[in-house]
Amino acid sequence: MSKLLEVKDLKVSFNTYNGEVQAVRGVSFDLNKGETLAIVGESGSGKSVTSTTLMGLLPKPHGFVKSGQILFEGEDLVKKSAKEMQEIRGNDIAMVFQDPMSSLNPTMKVGNQIMEGLIKHQNMNRADAKKKATELLELVGIPQPDVRMNQFPHQFSGGMRQRVVIAIALACNPKLLIADEPTTALDVTIQAQILELMKKVQEETNSALIFITHDLGVVANVADRVAVMYAGKVVEVGTVDDIFYNPKHPYTWGLLGSMPTLDSTDEELYAIPGSPPDLLNPPKGDAFAPRNKFALEIDTVMEPPMFKVSDTHYAATWLLHEDAPKIEPPESVKRRMQGFSKMEGEQ
Amino acid sequence: MAANNQNKIPKELLVPLVRKEDTSEKISGPSRTFGQDARRTFFKNKLAVVSVFLIIIIILMSIFGPSMNEHGSDDQDLMRAKMPPHVPVLENISWLGFDGTLSGKYRGDNVEAATANAVARYDNNEEFIDIKVVDEGDGSRNSAVVDATYHIYDAKDMSGEYFWLGTDTLGRDQWTRLWEGTRVSLIIAFVAAVIGLVVGVAYGGIAGFYGGRIDNVMMRIIEILSGIPTLVVVLLMMLVLQPGITSIVIALSITGWTGMARIVRGEVLKLKNQEFVLAARTLGQSDGKVIMKHLLPNISGIIIINTMFTIPDAIFFEAFLSFIGMGIVPPDASLGSLINAGFDNLRLYPYLLVYPAVLISLIMIAFNLIGDGLRDAFDPKMHK
Amino acid sequence: MFRYILRRLFYMLITLFIIATVTFFLMKMLPGSPLSAEDKLSEEQKAIVLEKYGLNDPVPIQYLRYLGGLVKGDLGVSFAFDNTPVTKILMDRMGPSLQLGFQALLIGSFLGIILGLIAAVFRNGAIDYTSTIFAVLGSSIPNFVFAGLLQYVFAVQLNWFPVALWGGFEYSILPTIALMIFPMATAARFIRTEMVEVLNSNFILTARAKGISETGVVFRHGLRNGLIPLITVLGPMAVSMITGSMVIEQIFAIPGIGEQFVTSVTLNDYPTIMGTTLLFAFLFVVIILIIDLLYGLIDPRIRVSGGNN
Repeated sequence: MSKLLEVKDLKVSFNTYNGEVQAVRGVSFDLNKGETLAIVGESGSGKSVTSTTLMGLLPKPHGFVKSGQILFEGEDLVKKSAKEMQEIRGNDIAMVFQDPMSSLNPTMKVGNQIMEGLIKHQNMNRADAKKKATELLELVGIPQPDVRMNQFPHQFSGGMRQRVVIAIALACNPKLLIADEPTTALDVTIQAQILELMKKVQEETNSALIFITHDLGVVANVADRVAVMYAGKVVEVGTVDDIFYNPKHPYTWGLLGSMPTLDSTDEELYAIPGSPPDLLNPPKGDAFAPRNKFALEIDTVMEPPMFKVSDTHYAATWLLHEDAPKIEPPESVKRRMQGFSKMEGEQ
Repeated sequence: MAANNQNKIPKELLVPLVRKEDTSEKISGPSRTFGQDARRTFFKNKLAVVSVFLIIIIILMSIFGPSMNEHGSDDQDLMRAKMPPHVPVLENISWLGFDGTLSGKYRGDNVEAATANAVARYDNNEEFIDIKVVDEGDGSRNSAVVDATYHIYDAKDMSGEYFWLGTDTLGRDQWTRLWEGTRVSLIIAFVAAVIGLVVGVAYGGIAGFYGGRIDNVMMRIIEILSGIPTLVVVLLMMLVLQPGITSIVIALSITGWTGMARIVRGEVLKLKNQEFVLAARTLGQSDGKVIMKHLLPNISGIIIINTMFTIPDAIFFEAFLSFIGMGIVPPDASLGSLINAGFDNLRLYPYLLVYPAVLISLIMIAFNLIGDGLRDAFDPKMHK
Repeated sequence: MFRYILRRLFYMLITLFIIATVTFFLMKMLPGSPLSAEDKLSEEQKAIVLEKYGLNDPVPIQYLRYLGGLVKGDLGVSFAFDNTPVTKILMDRMGPSLQLGFQALLIGSFLGIILGLIAAVFRNGAIDYTSTIFAVLGSSIPNFVFAGLLQYVFAVQLNWFPVALWGGFEYSILPTIALMIFPMATAARFIRTEMVEVLNSNFILTARAKGISETGVVFRHGLRNGLIPLITVLGPMAVSMITGSMVIEQIFAIPGIGEQFVTSVTLNDYPTIMGTTLLFAFLFVVIILIIDLLYGLIDPRIRVSGGNN
């Protein structure tokens, strides 16, 4: 399989009044054509910053790429000029944002908002762009698309607006679609519809998808592979099976353990105590150590490297070192893992 | 990339961590109340702080300024009319303009004619006029230019007298009148602001708190009242009332409270359905307690900001009315009436306009900056 | 929307009615009559004049006749200017005031919008700070102070422009500048705040994500959303044009309505004062109505919900 995207040791910082905030501290991952990668983490883990960096939309001048490479089809996006990025954005790489209520221009007709990208990137005239935009609205499941074209965003419900946002992103058949928590702001029932839609259009257009979320439950449904981020780093990466049935990082255990399931009625959820570290002064050693029940002494002095679990599965925890004490995931998480495989068997 | 620097790893540390204390729930940074945050933000705003000091100084001057010299505000004496500013010590630094001289450029066909023009202008007191030739001229019309300086204090044998900011057309001390005028302007602004505050908060509070039909009727009244432009109300009122401080205050207060009432009503309406107010009511708190303890503290910010912005508005309106001759009338002074008088003599005695104009500008800027500072201070987004 | 317009028109009429009524009874309370200027009239002549203006009729009749006259645009006669109809005085002086007002409002808000826009796009830069300082000064310092400064520096000292009076275009330059500083500063300040907010909003991110050029983002997506709220401050700006015109016309001795008003005040010519006040009130109420309707027309969110309210 050919690599569509390779992110190598990406570091992104923000200059603030109080100093430099290291939002992304060396992230590496890759993505094949047509593949779906889920990036999972708490708020503040750097997953959204990673995605805005991919788009070249870091807020200037405060945000900047400190080092690293983003190779998209072999070309480094970090080195591209603002003008070159404009050609790529919306054309090769497109993005779906979190909050559909505020992501659409309130004073512009929905149709025009979809057509803009088409006219810019595909050199279409207005008539063709209009036709294509109507098709797109139909594709994302909006009834009466030709009527809806001439309406304003406030005449759409939240779910409908997110469909419009997806239509805008899909307009130029992007090779890579980034979805930043596209369902978080929606009602649960609408969430499922939007997820179904994203899966469907991805299959139809065969674009690769980076799906950013804090909700592991969503991940199992859409993703091929999962990267777990914590404090600006990828702490564990693997296929969905690796992450759900054989998680190695205590933080992944925590994420899995804090996920309510149907049969978790009488047992306590395994919650992660505390809050993420201050990235203004990132802690020495493993950033997760202060919240980690299974932390080792070495975590306070030295950052763990990525240990290889299998060809597809890596995790950054000293627990994987050959001399480390053998520690098993907590019972509740284990039961959860068994629960996943049971569900898998029933399907 | 996995474990590439195996050798350097201190293997003895690969043992479970023994924690001295639970640090996971530590909260970094001190906790501050909203009021403390607001104060901090305000005092960080240097322009606002400087403005506060400036206003305090101006208020003090408007109280004590008039008694700082022996001249009264209504001591008319045409003998000493239109004297330029004359300040002890500073009189020796000529470019400051406090040396008690009048000066100007005069033109004529030749130097003599230009000089004659200047002398005629300055009471024909040739011996007290210094002439400096700027341009000899070539005999054509108004080609010669002379710089004339008239030592008017010496000419009138008053070199021991000091009118710090000069005198007006009736020989009244401008310094005294300036600060008395400032006092009048400030009193009008503060009283109008306080009346607007009290009436507006009460009216808006009642409408918002009781809601329903009361609110409906009260808001209809406001809707009609605020349809009538303030300017028109003020002009009509000024026609009927005797000109003076009270009239201006009444005229400004008649419609001045509607803006405040609307804002307060909106805020109360928003707050009274919030959980913490419902909780207080569920617990049996009286209406008065709910208003005093829960509603007022939460809308105090917006009330203060609004009041702060009505003060410069009132100052402007007073100055405007006095300027068009409908406000303060002589012998009383206000900044507006002083500026009006200054315009009449702009060509020859610009100092009569400069000081009141600068002072009113400073006051307006300072109040606006304080208002801006307060708005930021009460905005949680601005707290850093 | 239609019901909304009707409701607004209804309120406008009530407001105008109240103002007219108050004005009428104030007139009755104030001293002076068309006769006060002509003391030498004999009793018979006075009676004729009183009869002519219907001043012998009972007050309610006079009131109704006054309202009827208003509807037809009759504002009464001046005490001071040979009993000239007030409407005629005002019409004769409308030109300079309108020209000044429009020049100042249009140029001022246009420059203000540009200034605010530049400040927002390059926020926290040198241009931004300069324009913020200008905006604070311009919206704080009273326009008569500016007028004095301009007149003294550019007319008295430098002789670049006429000191006063009304002639060709060059006579209108200094008054226009003095009058336009307030709308300019207000617009600059307002647009900057709005645009900073708009440019940080999510839909701007969506627009950027489409790969649209930065100019397209700022003008097509940003400016329209930033401009709509500016309509709300058009009201205060229009008022500042009216108060400003009185002061500025007085300072520059321009034969406009404002100057007329100030002259009438000094002459105690009540009918002219009242008539001018009524004209101001009418202008103001109509401007506010137009602004509100315009707001509904431009902002699609209000266009729809307006009908339901």
